[in-house]
Amino acid sequence: MIGMPFISSSPIMYFNVQATEKAGVTAPKTREEFQSVTAPALKTAGYTALAKSQLPWIFTKNFVSRHNLPFATNNNGYDGTEGTKTQVNNYAIKAHFTAVTKWQKDGFFEWFGTGWSDNQTPFEEGKVAIWLGSSGSFGGLPKKDLSFDFSATYLPYWEAVTTEPKQTFIGGASLFAMAGHDADENKATAAFFQFLTKPETQYFWHQETGYVPITEAAYEMAKADGYYDRAPAAEVGIQQLSLPVGENTKGYRMGFYVQIRDVMNREFGRILTGETTVEDSFAAIETEAYALLAKFAKTQK
Amino acid sequence: MKHAGFTARWLPILLLVPQLLIIAIFFYWPAAHAVHSSLYLQDPFGFGSTYFGMDNYTDLANSAKYMKVGRFTLIFTLLVTFFSLSLARLLAVKADGVIRGAKTYRTLLIWVYAVAPPVAGFIGCDFKLGVNFNDTATAMVLVSVWKQVPVNFIFFLSGLQAIPKSVREAALIDNGSATRRFWDVTFPLLATTGFFLLIINITYSLFDTFGIIDTMVKGEPGNNPMTLVYKVYVDGFRGNDLGGSSAQSVVLMVLVLALTVFQFRLIERRIHYT
Repeated sequence: MIGMPFISSSPIMYFNVQATEKAGVTAPKTREEFQSVTAPALKTAGYTALAKSQLPWIFTKNFVSRHNLPFATNNNGYDGTEGTKTQVNNYAIKAHFTAVTKWQKDGFFEWFGTGWSDNQTPFEEGKVAIWLGSSGSFGGLPKKDLSFDFSATYLPYWEAVTTEPKQTFIGGASLFAMAGHDADENKATAAFFQFLTKPETQYFWHQETGYVPITEAAYEMAKADGYYDRAPAAEVGIQQLSLPVGENTKGYRMGFYVQIRDVMNREFGRILTGETTVEDSFAAIETEAYALLAKFAKTQK
Repeated sequence: MKHAGFTARWLPILLLVPQLLIIAIFFYWPAAHAVHSSLYLQDPFGFGSTYFGMDNYTDLANSAKYMKVGRFTLIFTLLVTFFSLSLARLLAVKADGVIRGAKTYRTLLIWVYAVAPPVAGFIGCDFKLGVNFNDTATAMVLVSVWKQVPVNFIFFLSGLQAIPKSVREAALIDNGSATRRFWDVTFPLLATTGFFLLIINITYSLFDTFGIIDTMVKGEPGNNPMTLVYKVYVDGFRGNDLGGSSAQSVVLMVLVLALTVFQFRLIERRIHYT
């Protein structure tokens, strides 16, 4: 381990409780249910059913883990960098995007831009009934003085792709201690890391932000304190990350992934504004991602 | 003409030192660094770098994506420069003609500079900023022009006021048409100011619009347009591809160098400084 995992989250499905009650539906478990039951009812009730932040994150990265599909060749990049290719250009994801464009036409889904808050704001304003976002937004939402109650649950999956949905990827950031400091400073850094991982600190952080606690002890403390009885949805991120493991849910290793994500963001935006087709866009992603991964392979010699 | 000179040799050198130091530290040193790191490929996880030769440059030359950003930057620069200069010149000529309440009027025109950001709010309601490529591009041009017009206006206005009254009066007797007087007399006499502003505006469009672009795309360009300098930032600082990003900035540096040489060689020859 070279960094200390710190902020950790996973994408979950938030929904407007009043909106679902008004439409007489519950949060959908599958995409099929969303498509045929939830979305039409929410539309009739006067809502845009769905919006989501960070398309590459939820509609590709966690799409593959939830459905246990490979993200890249060479065991998702873990077995080597030579010749690694992304595998997002697959039937399931393309069928998903074709469905999304159809939802867009039917008024079930709206896309408000690439920026994170572009898609969160319409949910907060009560225009959009379901928002796919980060479990790390959970702590911040109640502070926004929303005009409705919200809750959250697992990311829906396509029953046509899998009947045994798996866990999602954990995402976030780590803290790194830099080299070149004297012993006293290193000691101070270690003490600070210890402070950050203390159950009390982690529990506080979990409540305030919604990021999942990074230690079991902090999770136990939250349970013992009755936090999840008061706010059951706060546990969704942890529970979803604790769902059954699949061979493709353990993460991936791809260098220059940030640029690959930029390519996906660009292509997905072009699909949703009608500038390109699903087929062309995924072909472009595959080619450009391969060039970036080949460049990454050169750094690993 | 009176010749003023320094008596001591060291004094002019001493006076030049601070400026030369600034140029060396903030221009030459980073430029040399950029050239150096553009020849390397850095590990995106920060574990070192490998010598890459000219590969970063050939990658750029072969990248359709980079060329697309380049084309957008070119069109963007042409539009912003053209509209900033022509609108400012028009306003300056008109403001110069106003005699009563001139001061108030001119101040109001400069105010625009201070209220640039809300201009985005004036854009019609059917505008899909950040979603539609062309809408975002239009907004970028509009806001960039809006912000630059007042600066150009001040320069043009002072340039106009530097034209001798006698010349203007002579022109007025010779020709009754205001349009002809502008093109035959005012325009050539404004050439010095215009040339200076042309360089300033091209550099502004290429580099200083970074903030406007960043505000509009909120750090996630997605399917929105961006300029070359913004791509340097996205690939280098966010994507950790320091070598590729350095190669991009070297390309920009060479571009600006060529542009400046071209401007001074070709355009400046036709201008007479009074």
